[in-house]
Amino acid sequence: MAATTSMVTSLTFTIPSLGLRLPTRSYPCLKPQRRFVRKAASNVITATYELKAPPYPLNALEPHMSRETLEYHWGKHHRTYVENLNKQVVGTDLEGLSLEDIIIVTYNKGDILPAFNNAAQAWNHDFFWESMKPGGGGKPSGDLLDLIERDFGSFERFIEEFKAAAATQFGSGWAWLAYKANRLDVENAVNPWPSEKDKELVIVKSPNAVNPLVWDYFPLLTIDVWEHAYYLDFQNRRPDYISVFMEKLVSWETVNTRLEKAKARAAEREMEEERRRKEEEEGKPTNEEEDDDLEMYVDNDNDDSEAE
Amino acid sequence: MALRSLATRKTLTLALKSTRLAQSRALQTFSLPDLPYDYGALEPAISGEIMQLHHQKHHQTYITNYNKALEQLHDAIQKGDSSTVVKLQSAIKFNGGGHINHSIFWKNLAPISEGGGEPPHGSLGWAIDTNFGSLESLIQKMNAEGAALQGSGWVWLGLDKELKKLVVETTTNQDPLVTNGPNLVPLLGIDVWEHAYYLQYKNVRPDYLKNVWKVINWKYASEVYEKESA
Repeated sequence: MAATTSMVTSLTFTIPSLGLRLPTRSYPCLKPQRRFVRKAASNVITATYELKAPPYPLNALEPHMSRETLEYHWGKHHRTYVENLNKQVVGTDLEGLSLEDIIIVTYNKGDILPAFNNAAQAWNHDFFWESMKPGGGGKPSGDLLDLIERDFGSFERFIEEFKAAAATQFGSGWAWLAYKANRLDVENAVNPWPSEKDKELVIVKSPNAVNPLVWDYFPLLTIDVWEHAYYLDFQNRRPDYISVFMEKLVSWETVNTRLEKAKARAAEREMEEERRRKEEEEGKPTNEEEDDDLEMYVDNDNDDSEAE
Repeated sequence: MALRSLATRKTLTLALKSTRLAQSRALQTFSLPDLPYDYGALEPAISGEIMQLHHQKHHQTYITNYNKALEQLHDAIQKGDSSTVVKLQSAIKFNGGGHINHSIFWKNLAPISEGGGEPPHGSLGWAIDTNFGSLESLIQKMNAEGAALQGSGWVWLGLDKELKKLVVETTTNQDPLVTNGPNLVPLLGIDVWEHAYYLQYKNVRPDYLKNVWKVINWKYASEVYEKESA
């Protein structure tokens, strides 16, 4: 089908065959990267998501998180999410999208589509392994610590609040530290007068597979509070697990790196929006109109296209 | 004399009224029901370690937090503090639901020596065949829905009292079956929270679901069914 080439170019902002438009602003962690694997004896391109290993051996977090837990949590749970995602995505319009794109698309503003759980959980677990390191814990420093003190009063207050969020996420889910740039508290509101003051660190909790990407926040740190994350080591004692995580496992370096990236992306996005606003004012064609043109020439399932 | 004036009719009636009020103010607190079998009696389907943790820790915690939330609710109602009344609803649903569901669950299980796993006879058996074709296909359906449930929750065999039929339902977290419909009566609930099976079955929830039927107490489910469909 001629569709494959045209699909590649059109996927950045529109997915005509899905009948969906992604809003034409850039996403926090969006990289237009797609992994393509060409099968040996066919012309079919299949995108596959890989199970990435944690950045340390499975026993490296002992005694705080046992090797057995990592073997099951990463080796079975995380692996299953990735495998099932691949099965769900192959041959559909989601194929070829980056993981973050699939998450946003299948979240579908809360009316969740089938691939969401596997996609989001695959992403969440990658993020979780990277949030920890052997010999972790301690205190952050620099900008990150400044922001924490500004937005929570003190590092101790932040710890208290984060632990409380993790302990009170009822059922399965996650607790997050995230960077919120120019978003209002109500999910579907747009900030009419964004200012530096709106950019802040927030603690949020989410059920099951949901993560802050869907609210357009930049995640910085997460703790998995599904029971499978702690049951072998702590049984029902979730608060103990949370304390050990904070004191012995958190990789503040990683959180710091993520914060720098988040600030950069937020600034980039602001510049993009400025530029687009100016272009609209000056009557130049914006990306949206360019995409409309693109749509006319993209091969899709409609038979009334002139290209036929 | 001071004592006599204390005991005039007026003060006596006041005293009586306030005791009555105090009685109506008394809040019922809940406590952990005993299991009608030993923790190890359901092995090998469910390990004794799981049963003990599940009962003594998880269920007990729901009860403790339920009692606390009820007390806070009681205070808030008396003070007319509507914000707090509303704010407490989720704690009551989580913890009260947890207490309700687990109380049913312990009765849904029985050691093999006491009839665990023995298929239902009588009217429930007949109703299952009518509604699902056979016991096997009911089990298949419940296992499929239980395995597909994302996160934490329960899978139920329920009686819809209004429509007079059996249904298979799932609920999230600790929502009791009645949150799916006011006419639904739980006959059988299977806990698919990870704490219900993880130490033994790890991530393989389908294996837990396959094995739990060996200790399901159909006698209790039949009793409830007969009572509710009368």
